[in-house]
Amino acid sequence: MAGIDQNKIRNFCIIAHIDHGKSTLADRIIEMTGLLTSREMQSQVLDNMELERERGITIKAQAVRIVYKAKDGEEYIFNLIDTPGHVDFNYEVSRSLAACDGAILVVDAAQGVEAQTLANVYLALDHDLDVMPVINKIDLPSAEPERVIEEIEDVIGLEAGDAPLISAKTGVNIEEVLEQVVRKIPAPGGDPGGPLQALIFDSLYDSYRGVIVFCRIKEGAVRKGTPILMMATGAKAEVVEVGYFGAGQFIPCEELSAGMVGYITASLKNVKDTRVGDTITNAEKPCGKPLPGYKKVNPMVYCGMYPADGAKYPDLRDALEKLQLNDASLQFEPETSIALGFGFRCGFLGLLHLEIIQERLEREYNLDLVTTAPGVIYKVYKTNGEVIELTNPSNLPDPSEIDYMEEPVVKAEIMVTSEYIGAIMDLCQERRGVYEGMEYIEETRAVLRYRLPLNEIIYDFFDALKSRSRGYASFDYEMDGYEQSELVKLDILINKEEVDALSFIVHAGTAYERGRRMCERLKEEIPRQLFEIPIQAAIGSKIIARETVKAMRKDVLAKCYGGDITRKKKLLEKQKEGKKRMRQVGNVEIPQKAFMSVLKLDEK
Amino acid sequence: MRPLELYIHIPFCIKKCRYCDFLSAPSTEKERESYVENLCRKIHSYEKLSKNYFVVSIFAGGGTPSILEAGQMKTIFDAVRSVFQVEADAEITIEMNPGTVTRKKLKEYKDAGVNRLSIGLQSADNKELAALGRIHTCEEFFETFRMAREEGFQNINIDLMSAIPFQSVKSWERTLRTAAELEPEHISAYSLIIEEGTPFYERYSEGRHAEELPDEDEERLMYQNTKKILEGYGYRRYEISNYARPGYECRHNLGYWSRTEYLGIGAGAASLIENQRWTEDRHIQSMQFDEPSEAEKKRRTKGEEIKIQTLSLQEQMEEYMFLGLRKMKGVSKSRFESEFGRSMDEVYGAVIEEMTGRGLLEKVKEPLQADSLEKEKGYYKPDGLCESEDETDEYVRLTEKGIDVSNWVMSEFLL
Repeated sequence: MAGIDQNKIRNFCIIAHIDHGKSTLADRIIEMTGLLTSREMQSQVLDNMELERERGITIKAQAVRIVYKAKDGEEYIFNLIDTPGHVDFNYEVSRSLAACDGAILVVDAAQGVEAQTLANVYLALDHDLDVMPVINKIDLPSAEPERVIEEIEDVIGLEAGDAPLISAKTGVNIEEVLEQVVRKIPAPGGDPGGPLQALIFDSLYDSYRGVIVFCRIKEGAVRKGTPILMMATGAKAEVVEVGYFGAGQFIPCEELSAGMVGYITASLKNVKDTRVGDTITNAEKPCGKPLPGYKKVNPMVYCGMYPADGAKYPDLRDALEKLQLNDASLQFEPETSIALGFGFRCGFLGLLHLEIIQERLEREYNLDLVTTAPGVIYKVYKTNGEVIELTNPSNLPDPSEIDYMEEPVVKAEIMVTSEYIGAIMDLCQERRGVYEGMEYIEETRAVLRYRLPLNEIIYDFFDALKSRSRGYASFDYEMDGYEQSELVKLDILINKEEVDALSFIVHAGTAYERGRRMCERLKEEIPRQLFEIPIQAAIGSKIIARETVKAMRKDVLAKCYGGDITRKKKLLEKQKEGKKRMRQVGNVEIPQKAFMSVLKLDEK
Repeated sequence: MRPLELYIHIPFCIKKCRYCDFLSAPSTEKERESYVENLCRKIHSYEKLSKNYFVVSIFAGGGTPSILEAGQMKTIFDAVRSVFQVEADAEITIEMNPGTVTRKKLKEYKDAGVNRLSIGLQSADNKELAALGRIHTCEEFFETFRMAREEGFQNINIDLMSAIPFQSVKSWERTLRTAAELEPEHISAYSLIIEEGTPFYERYSEGRHAEELPDEDEERLMYQNTKKILEGYGYRRYEISNYARPGYECRHNLGYWSRTEYLGIGAGAASLIENQRWTEDRHIQSMQFDEPSEAEKKRRTKGEEIKIQTLSLQEQMEEYMFLGLRKMKGVSKSRFESEFGRSMDEVYGAVIEEMTGRGLLEKVKEPLQADSLEKEKGYYKPDGLCESEDETDEYVRLTEKGIDVSNWVMSEFLL
């Protein structure tokens, strides 16, 4: 595809708050430009994974190339890069943005600017992107485009007077969006003759072709046979194929040159070699320095994953290895729990990432999992000067050896209508948040800024936020380092035996409350057995809460109606099935879901 | 020829009790009339099957079977006798509720061959009866019982229920003593189960109105007291919830736990024939075709209208164990072996050892003679192993502790 005029290329992404219509607009653009007929369109083309469609979120970055014949009579090549839509994947988002020259900002005509709208715009501006606003959902009865335009101008400071008023759902005014892309988003620069410099914004593993690297060529050109070097990981390979993205397919081409977006295959075996954000250069004629902004993403949240059936341990390992081929941010290492047997301590970017991996393991690999409560990485400063990064509560050293501990904190921005400010402030307070400020972005809405410990928001903060604001609050956060904190390990003893898989690290101030609720919850989860079972929460050797599961009592002594045995048998089968779903800890049988129960402490 | 038990379901009642999830409903005279006709037709459809069996017990249950006119009941029994060979000493029971029978009706039942009555009292406390939604008072029950005795019924069961709303350990004891002092031959004492789809479920599920119900400690105490109190009156617990004077154990009931073959006739009735289990259509209406169409007849003879479950050897062994353990005498090792060709220890040895170790099961040796009721009536296949009187057979049975958690123990016997 050599000889494409750089001036006719537009590389852009769509950014939006969740549910403001990003994916729907992407679909319409693809449809409008005739890449697919509407009959071929499956809703939300760019969300490939079943899970993405189901949850209505984008998990992996995707790209598609489309050709648009503009009103000026020229044909333009659009590279639309869909970015992940969740804070867990913020780094991926930032790399996808770096692959673009401009961004379409979609704002819901009824809801206006939200927390992620702001966060995404700032992120785009940080990457020097030209941002063109679009007002979506004007077909809604509650749409107030004028108000929203004003809000965009006042709050974000973007000129929005000529923002297209569209309905991605019904297809109204999409053409105007495309025309503005041509006019407002700059053509890419870069010298096709210079030394190769290409930004990796995603990669995926294909069992036939190896790793397929998604990249944006900033300088130079790459073609079949080019020897390439990943500057951060040091991996080298020879290019087997280059090409661009059709809808749901890879289309090979001769060459990718400066300004273009496409893919490279080079018989690379592992996505670990092609980290998002790394720079690809020509191994023989390397560029002077890598593109800025690369960082190795590290997991933020850890949990233990165990096969429900111990014999499935090798299957779980294989499945994790396969998922990791496509997901360099997933980490795992073997661990052993007294209660759960052999499993893995797995690291994730965030709770959503965790849930996605868990669901994929269960669905795609048919594994029944027991997952322990997720936790963050704590820094343990020992009295002997050693520092431990603690991912598994069971590994916490004896308190006598600990000088102090630190926990990760985040800076959070919560946008909320004024009537719920009080409720949300209460919530942040309960979660040990430190108030940092509040700004009214309009009369009835404000942005609250808090510094919050990460371990207070990974479980259910988002749900709590939604329920306390009746769904009106929106939320965004970024990591903000570590802070010293008064932390303790809370142990759970069932029938006087410590269950390692139930231990968790908690702030000393909330330990009593957590311990009490944990015992209550476990009392509900653990079915009665032949003997009485004490459930205790302890810090060190001090018991702070106790509940008792009474011994099994009444069994059905009911009439067996007219010899209807099937009913009786079903009852017994259920009982038997129940026993199977249990984990034997000492001589107590604990249902698998109890290990997750710590997560649900806030549910009433 | 093998022994067979007949169950006849009469799904009618004057008013449905608030806890009842059995198949029963109020009805019109016409509905009852056509139901009886259809029952008879159904009985006649077993002409061929009947040749392999002799009937050792008949149980007419409900609903409230005594709602039927005595003549209707006679029609049904006549149909049975015209099709089946009914043993001269067969146990023939009718369930009834106080206030639904007259002296005349009782007399006619007796003439129709009924030799055992099962009367639902449930509680001797009128307040408790009202809460259950029963249609009668305790006094009406006394009247019915007295009439039944006067009409010469020598084998009467009284149905009682524990763990019901507003009941206390004391009032349950009064109920038990009230019943026992009448000296019935048999007392059934079940505990209330709140079943889905009943008014009680609406009121009591998920811990609602728990204050009206005895708590589980009281409930357990009631169960334990039942045995003690009734033993004082000469009753023996022969099954988890059933008590009888020696020789008056309900054969029909024991048959279910011993896997004697039985044929259920009527809406929703269950059958076990040649290791096949099935349950009749629960729709009362579907029993009411004036004349089944040809296609319908075909379907019926082919056995297609209902789902038939053929029990595998494994399922038979499971049933033998979990049903048999309801009997206080327990399950016989020698009979297990003669029925299934494998020893009980080979199949269940590990489970039995574990449960015995936990004190939930016990193994006892009893002379084969103790099986007299069963042997003498020829209900059970001969053991064929040892005939001599001084030989013993080993039984496995629930301990008192095991009874408390019987489902938990029984579920261990599912393979």
